[in-house]
Amino acid sequence: MPDEILKMQNITKVYPNGIVANKGVNFSVYAGEIHALVGENGAGKTTLMKILFGLEHPEEGAIYLKGEKIIISSPQVAIRHKIGMVHQHFMLVPSLTVAENIVLGMEPSRRGFIDIEKAIETTEKLSEKYNLKVDARAKIADLPVGQRQKVEILKALLRGAEILILDEPTAVLTPQETTELFSELVHLKNKGHTIIFISHKLKEIKEISDRVTIMRHGKNMGVYRTQDVTEEEISRLMVGRDVVLKVQKQKNKPGDAVLHVENLSYTDDYGKNVLKNISFSVRRGEILGIAGVEGNGQRELVEIVTGLRACQEGKIYISGKPVNNLSIKQIRELGTSHIPEDRMTYGVAGPASIGENLISDRFYKKEFNTGLFLNLKKLNELTARLAKEYTVKCSTPKLAVKMLSGGNIQKVVVAREFSSNPKLLIADQPTRGIDVGATEFIHKKLIELRDGGTAILLVSADLNEVMEISDSILVMYGGEVVAYFPDASRITEEELGLYMLGVKRQSAEEIGGAFYAKKHAV
Amino acid sequence: MQKSTLFEFLRTVIAVLIAIIMAFIIIFFISKQPIEAINRFLFGPISSFRHFGNVLEMVIPLIFTSLAVSVMFQAKQFNMGAEGSFFIGAVAAAAIGIKFKLPPVLHPLVAIAAGGIVGGAANFIPAFLKARWKASELVSSLMLNYIMFNLGIYFINYYLRDPYAGAMVSYTVNPTANLPQFVPRTRIHAGIFIAVLAVIVVYYFLYRTRWGFALRMTGINSKFADYSGINTNMVILYSQIIGGMIAGIGGATELLGMYQRFQWQSLPGYGFDGIIVAILARNNPLLIPVAAVFLAYMRIGADLMSRMTDVPSEMVSVIQAVMIMLIAAEAFLSYWRHKMVVREAKIDG
Ligand SMILES: Nc1ncnc2c1ncn2[C@@H]1O[C@H](COP(=O)(O)OP(=O)(O)O)[C@@H](O)[C@H]1O
Ligand SMILES: [Mg+2]
Repeated sequence: MPDEILKMQNITKVYPNGIVANKGVNFSVYAGEIHALVGENGAGKTTLMKILFGLEHPEEGAIYLKGEKIIISSPQVAIRHKIGMVHQHFMLVPSLTVAENIVLGMEPSRRGFIDIEKAIETTEKLSEKYNLKVDARAKIADLPVGQRQKVEILKALLRGAEILILDEPTAVLTPQETTELFSELVHLKNKGHTIIFISHKLKEIKEISDRVTIMRHGKNMGVYRTQDVTEEEISRLMVGRDVVLKVQKQKNKPGDAVLHVENLSYTDDYGKNVLKNISFSVRRGEILGIAGVEGNGQRELVEIVTGLRACQEGKIYISGKPVNNLSIKQIRELGTSHIPEDRMTYGVAGPASIGENLISDRFYKKEFNTGLFLNLKKLNELTARLAKEYTVKCSTPKLAVKMLSGGNIQKVVVAREFSSNPKLLIADQPTRGIDVGATEFIHKKLIELRDGGTAILLVSADLNEVMEISDSILVMYGGEVVAYFPDASRITEEELGLYMLGVKRQSAEEIGGAFYAKKHAV
Repeated sequence: MQKSTLFEFLRTVIAVLIAIIMAFIIIFFISKQPIEAINRFLFGPISSFRHFGNVLEMVIPLIFTSLAVSVMFQAKQFNMGAEGSFFIGAVAAAAIGIKFKLPPVLHPLVAIAAGGIVGGAANFIPAFLKARWKASELVSSLMLNYIMFNLGIYFINYYLRDPYAGAMVSYTVNPTANLPQFVPRTRIHAGIFIAVLAVIVVYYFLYRTRWGFALRMTGINSKFADYSGINTNMVILYSQIIGGMIAGIGGATELLGMYQRFQWQSLPGYGFDGIIVAILARNNPLLIPVAAVFLAYMRIGADLMSRMTDVPSEMVSVIQAVMIMLIAAEAFLSYWRHKMVVREAKIDG
């Protein structure tokens, strides 16, 4: 009988918006194992781990560490019990150095000042001990995501973590970085650490974990020794049915260009060149995917094209019209739709109703107003129809949007943005953090729009998604376009990875292929 | 009604009750006649027709200022300028009432319109500073109140002052401009109808027009509004200008309904009271009359209490402060809200 180091018993968690994220979950981990926690987006994995780390408090349930019942009221308590967590979204201070971040809150001091040299020494020793290579003096803001993740892991280790929780550590990594992380994790395991590894990539789970716990809709669906289950079995338990992972689509017939981006450059507030001389086109009936590790200029590119951020240098044309100095409203009226990366900040107004969120882009139009007043009858008809057509699970469109689950909130955003007959759609992380059902739905709708002639720019950190959905692919690295593949079906994940990491780069001529002659669709 | 709205309503009621009970406890400690004092406070305003009239007289300006505040607060513009706009609006109405000769019904309407325009113009300043340079409207509007006060006093003093009246007051307003007082033995005046009309207009503006929609969305999440194509700078401007106009109309109405001359020597405070009413009503125009009656009732009750007993009327400030603090504190009763959520959530589903 292996030695059970940690046990969570009958955990139930209800969020303030009424969503039951965990329902009577039992979860246990053996000492010295790598334990995978899998489940669809929204299954409640992060919530369960936040409870373990003291960030959330369960309504019911108990936690036992080495057989003793403990109450984890805060992360400080968790750290005292030698539990560490690396979050899905890193929590580092970008303006500080690696060493400063690692010692943050427990800084070595000399005569009342932080002893920087000591901090660097500590960091380097730690880095060596665990074979996690980082540059102690580098500024976090200058580091790629893979490096930042190592800093997070080191941070947890310095605080004495014996049980290390990693929340979707590979979601932001290239295939090569993932391989590196795995060898580091095995090293940690050999040093006696216990690792809880959250993922929904089955291949990785098979590769790295000793045991696997599967969650669905907030419940534990079973615990297995990884070698005893197949990927198909795990997948069926996760989703509750067989999943068709392949997206059904015909080959596209691209028309004239709808969006032209010409020599776009951008310098951010810190003086960093986030975009360098970017040129490409998106054509009618084409999905152009942008692959790249997050933070390589994708966000700025999307924000400039959609008008959320002012353009500094370069030209942007939509259907032949220069849009550099247009307002967001004017850009939208040219037939542009936008699924924003951060749906709670930009995509919806949480406390407003589903209906109000569905009309925010068109409420002012003549057809929805009679004289001074909004035509509520017409608007209500529209929202009822959209809620139904996009299968938003709600009793009434009058409900506040924030009461919905992540997938349904995204459906509200998608319903609004897809239903305005867009000529150009900018889809930024359209399926991030939502369940398989909603993801499949959105993918299908994307293909439908494409077949209807919409030009689509797809930005996604999910390499699978980019490869499955796109007709052609651009790779961004360090604010530049480093590769263009006119046919997305003829490239492998590993090859894309090399470009994403900046190891390989195409010739200027090949990259220039992304910019199509100035013929505009009208 | 949705559960969460109901909860917010209960939360407000409980905050009010706690505040009042605390005041009573204090009264028991400081007063030699606590029962008498509490009795006066609770029932004074309905002890006579005249006293209840006083409540309604006070409700009229409170409705205007709290409507003004709620429009601005719904846009998340924390403009405190209702006070200054109210004051300067009254000055403008006095000027029209004194300097012009117009037929009866038209005269007050012109004077009130002037009050609205001047009040809106005053609030244009913090609105513009916010829209153009992101200057905090909270700070600039607070400072503007003093500018408006001194500007108004200057104007009364140099252009409208009646040198034969013993105090620093204006000439009398032409009778054609006065709003008629129509309930005998009280000073309840026609302004009450204008106030009710304002409630309805503001409600329709906020919930039934495209400008109101844009205003509310900007207030709920301005980034979302920007992203949707709403011109949020425009909202910053018009929400505050409209707020200033409503407050200015309120000042004009108050002057024409209650006074023969302009005689304020200090800011009357209705602008700040309007903030309290707006918070109690959760910025909902339809709840504002209720909240305004409540506050006016408490004020009159406290006044009667202080006149008849040894408890000072400032006791109301204690109640107000506790009430507002409890309502503003998100965490107050949040434990029960969460319990309710958990009970409703379908854990076995
Ligand atoms: N802070 C929060 N407030 C409200 N709901 C939340 C919050 N965090 C997560 N949820 C909801 O709880 C469910 C589980 O989320 P999560 O634990 O993040 O899932 P996972 O990590 O498995 O993707 C989802 O439906 C999500 O929308
Ligand atoms: Mg998660």
